[in-house]
Amino acid sequence: MSDKGLKDEVLSSQQGIVLTPEQVRGRRVRNIAIGLGVTFLAVLFYAVTIVRLGSVVANRSI
Amino acid sequence: MSDASYFDESAAPKLPVAAPLDFIALLKPRVMSLVVFTALAGFLLAPTLPHPLIVFAALFAIAVGAGASGALNMWYDADIDAVMRRTRLRPIPAGRIDADAALAFGVVLSILSVFTLGFVSNWLAAALLAFTIFFYVVIYTVWLKRLTPLNIVIGGAAGALPPIVGYAAATGDISMSCLVLFTIIFVWTPPHFWSLAILKIDEYGSVGLPMLPNVSGLQRTRLEILIYCLFLAPIGAGPWLLGFASWLYGFTSVSLGLGLLYLAAQLFFARDETAIRQAARRMFAFSIFYLFAVFLMITIERVLSLMGLF
Repeated sequence: MSDKGLKDEVLSSQQGIVLTPEQVRGRRVRNIAIGLGVTFLAVLFYAVTIVRLGSVVANRSI
Repeated sequence: MSDASYFDESAAPKLPVAAPLDFIALLKPRVMSLVVFTALAGFLLAPTLPHPLIVFAALFAIAVGAGASGALNMWYDADIDAVMRRTRLRPIPAGRIDADAALAFGVVLSILSVFTLGFVSNWLAAALLAFTIFFYVVIYTVWLKRLTPLNIVIGGAAGALPPIVGYAAATGDISMSCLVLFTIIFVWTPPHFWSLAILKIDEYGSVGLPMLPNVSGLQRTRLEILIYCLFLAPIGAGPWLLGFASWLYGFTSVSLGLGLLYLAAQLFFARDETAIRQAARRMFAFSIFYLFAVFLMITIERVLSLMGLF
């Protein structure tokens, strides 16, 4: 390998792993799916908490 | 490290390209839907139902738990899945999902599902769900599946537990009614899977899985299917005989049970290989319809009863 080629390789390795377009797309949709999943769970736990508390939540001394 | 390996592209870490749909496939959605369906029947047997949102959240947790055990099953069985035609396009053998990622996904979802069920309903149901996942993954997949032709007889308990989990999630207790549903699925499982094993005898043989037709032969398998169906027909009528389903359910389950017995007898008396395969295919298809129809009848009757229409 020429000196220039070796220098280019080193510079490329210093940039970290370069993802293919397919890998970038895969990571993006996985991130969106995880985000939606976490949001769904947050809403579900909130709603279940409200249902379990029921009307009792209003019965407290002020 | 030499320069050659440092610059070798093949030495770079393999990064995942999996889409969310691949992870959903890892959850075995068809099995999940059957689990939700049978767990719902267990739920509906409860004298009083919790708030619909609690029912939804509990069924969601049960579904995720079932999916998690499916993912862990695919992780452990990736080596044999890669060989069998029926399973070689699954996400791990097809190379779309890394085995370690599948393991992590299954473990995280297992923990999440058990704790979610514990928080939204009660800890008896959560413990039963944890036991179901443990039984399916460790007792069935890891221990029995490659060891004995009784694998699905004992392992079938995992698939039979969802009605008990559903009932426990609704009531915090276990009753005779949900145990009857457990027994129906438990006795239904061997003839259902042995019919499939007759059809896939070469595939199971190619990976060395000790399914009953491969170990004991077709004659013995067909006899066992017939015996199990002889037990299943009256057990299927159990909900009516024990008084928690109507005569309409009794009539349906007895008719379907007789149909199942007829097909099992046809399979038993089939003479040549073509006739055996045809009979096994009919038996397999009808067994799916049998379980679906029996649980659908219970579900419809209980829903109508809750609405005061039955």
